[in-house]
Amino acid sequence: MSTQNLETIAAAFLGYIPHMRECGLSLVRGSPEGVELRLPFREEWVGDPIRGVLHTGPITVLVDSSCGLAVLAATPVPETIATLDLRMDYLRPALRDKDLYCRAECFRMTTHIAFVRATVWQDDREQPVAISQSAFMRSSTGKPWKPEARA
Amino acid sequence: MSDPLAQPVVDPFSEARRLAREDGDFSMLVATVPYAKYLGVQLSLHEGKPRATLPFRENLVGNPRLPALHGGITAAFMENAAMLHLLYQMDTARVPKSIDFSIDYLLPARTEELYADCEIGRMGSRVAQATIRCWQKSQERPVAVARAHFLLMTPD
Repeated sequence: MSTQNLETIAAAFLGYIPHMRECGLSLVRGSPEGVELRLPFREEWVGDPIRGVLHTGPITVLVDSSCGLAVLAATPVPETIATLDLRMDYLRPALRDKDLYCRAECFRMTTHIAFVRATVWQDDREQPVAISQSAFMRSSTGKPWKPEARA
Repeated sequence: MSDPLAQPVVDPFSEARRLAREDGDFSMLVATVPYAKYLGVQLSLHEGKPRATLPFRENLVGNPRLPALHGGITAAFMENAAMLHLLYQMDTARVPKSIDFSIDYLLPARTEELYADCEIGRMGSRVAQATIRCWQKSQERPVAVARAHFLLMTPD
């Protein structure tokens, strides 16, 4: 899918899906190789007020949203997808008052399944707060994914 | 300087825990975790064990066409179910820290209430393992199952 189409789809996606709109998710950049979304800090995202650490729940929402969009970005035409499974590893605490960023990349697409990995960070993408791997089911029409469709 | 967590600490959850254990009132325990309060997680005792409920509201939807809840919401609700279960069960003075979390989605979560039960598989001195099962109309047809590890009270 072209970057321009992707931006149109992302804008529709982020504006149309109630929970993504509610969270204030926005597209930082996107291409068929991967997408980056931003989740602005909110007081409600705090999980541990004593430590000043964010809850992992909003991080998972950000990751699931980013990974879904990364799959759509990698498909030649928009299609319906469903998350099969998703794993999160929380590498370090995410701190309050800071936005969260997620980069998600679909690294393998088959006829029926898309495999995605994602990284979440705050100030420094080299110091991720979480990494994730997930699998999505495609509403496949039986057409195999072709790398040239990415061009 | 000595580590403050090495000292005996005041347990900020003791009153909330007492209310939950003695009166089955979890509202104060939920309120100690801002994100759980934002989601609207509720807990009640069911056969002596905490059961989590998430009432439906429109802004939790992730697929308006189906319609279905956002997958991240189902996951976040299940993480909360496990975290609050641990806070209730243990006498920990800190919110358990998530180490990892893995979810399998079995059915689309419809725009209705979600329920979750949590089972603690292992409770060590530092790490707890939890299995969470989430369903809607029928407990026999879970919409998702998940497992998680939590780090219990340790210095940051």
